[in-house]
Amino acid sequence: MATIPPHEDSRFGLRRQVRLTGPLRLDSGAMLGPVDIAYETYGAMNADRSNAILICHALTMDQYVASEHPVTGKPGWWWRLVGEGKPIDPARHFIVCANVIGSCLGSSGPASIDPATGEPYAMRFPVITIADMVRAQAMLLDHLGVDRLAAVIGGSMGGMQALTWPTLFPDRVESCIVIASTARHSAQNIAFHEVGRQAIMADPNWRGGDYYADGVTPGAGLAVARMAAHITYLSEAGLTEKFGRRLQGRNAKTFGFDADFQVESYLRHQGLSFVERFDANSYLYITRAMDYYDIAEDHGGSLARAFTASRARFCLVSFDTDWLYPTAESRVIVHALHASGAKASFVELSSPFGHDAFLLECPELNRVVDGFLKGGRA
Amino acid sequence: MSAPLRPDLALIARTVTVGARVLDVGCGEGALMAALRDAKQVDARGLEIDGGNVASAVGRGLSVVQGDADIDLAYYPDQSFDYAILSQTLQTTRRPDRVVEELLRIGKQAFVSFPNFAHWRGRLSLMWGGRMPVTRLLPDTWYDTLNIHHVTVDDFRALVKERGWAIDGQWFLKGDKETTHANANLFAEHAVFLLRK
Repeated sequence: MATIPPHEDSRFGLRRQVRLTGPLRLDSGAMLGPVDIAYETYGAMNADRSNAILICHALTMDQYVASEHPVTGKPGWWWRLVGEGKPIDPARHFIVCANVIGSCLGSSGPASIDPATGEPYAMRFPVITIADMVRAQAMLLDHLGVDRLAAVIGGSMGGMQALTWPTLFPDRVESCIVIASTARHSAQNIAFHEVGRQAIMADPNWRGGDYYADGVTPGAGLAVARMAAHITYLSEAGLTEKFGRRLQGRNAKTFGFDADFQVESYLRHQGLSFVERFDANSYLYITRAMDYYDIAEDHGGSLARAFTASRARFCLVSFDTDWLYPTAESRVIVHALHASGAKASFVELSSPFGHDAFLLECPELNRVVDGFLKGGRA
Repeated sequence: MSAPLRPDLALIARTVTVGARVLDVGCGEGALMAALRDAKQVDARGLEIDGGNVASAVGRGLSVVQGDADIDLAYYPDQSFDYAILSQTLQTTRRPDRVVEELLRIGKQAFVSFPNFAHWRGRLSLMWGGRMPVTRLLPDTWYDTLNIHHVTVDDFRALVKERGWAIDGQWFLKGDKETTHANANLFAEHAVFLLRK
């Protein structure tokens, strides 16, 4: 099958979707099957299949890492890092990015049809974990004929998947880049997610998750969840700089509860536009997966033990204004990697943008990722 | 590809054995690590406090971690490297003695290089000028220098003796030339020690 040119092989290209029979045994013990995975590939596999890079996406991102989003029309979410002349370059790399299971852009999730009932799963979809997302990605790579990854890379929840990869598949990962992420969800992380979930479930339109039939979705709840989460993606200084206490389209306070302040208007907009592209139940499932995430817990309480079987090189990047997954979380990983003897690089980059920095303009990030990836070729 | 190594680094690079595992503490942009990797197939790791330097080092494909020698050495396992290297960094640490202890715990041997504060130029500056020396190796004024623990060759030897460490090698530099052991405390601008526990 390696002899089929990529352009003639329907497995490769943009906007792909595959139905894998599975079943996939989930951490919960439940079986998921069939497993739909929506994905994109860029570039071509080289002859010795040594140039594959898997990109893992964050909570509300998707497979459109470097191509236009079909709903929003925006460019790929990581176009600054992925593309021609970029550190991850389809001219040199075979790039795969898949929508995580539990999500809502073509991969199996609560909005998918449950083959047992012919109805959408809704809350009957099994609870999934970050490790389950990774196992589904591995199934996809099997389907694509990718045995080994030159690199797996992700930011935020994508970083969690990237870091999980060498713990589950130590023989398949040569290098691992984890950006603005963590080895476990903290109490504060879980707390913010719980606020979001409660907002969704408190929306009368949620109806236990069974809202697909009439299309009346818990949009208000999901928007509030997004607003709360969005605050955690920004820095206090960034918010102050962007909005301060400036008023929105008016000269004075209205002594009412309209969006007087620019920051209110901005958050409302963030919430509303999110509802158009994301499924509320998926938000519940994916945040739950993140909250259950604790790599050390899965290895007898020792994070170092998780990496002992891996020979991968690791690169960790944090941002100084990220308070969602602060630098200390990356340091925990670095110390564990030292203890396990793994080759690790780590840098805290400076950015005013808080957690969102990994998605925004940061030439230093590009330099680090580029150098790290090329370092493997030396 | 790169500028010639600083003399103390060149000396260390000559001495490190082929294929060794090396931890370079205070590695800067990784000049020594790159030289060791390219010339001696050394498995080199670095620790560096400055984020810009780390980004440069990682950008050239080196394994470097941002951290503080005073704090982060504690997280490296015992005897996990053949050499731990501390070049021109000893005098900037909060507890140089503990840092060297850590180097000798982590590495089978440790290179320690530092500018000799007892060099005659410095002595003259203090004796006749009554001012803290500002020389080629100590170019900063007293208020903005990172060197918070100035040390002389004899001070360092005394510490080595007190802690019962073994000296496997010692080199002294005047400019980029090696100089004799005799009266190193007066004539060496720079000292490089190879220690073992």
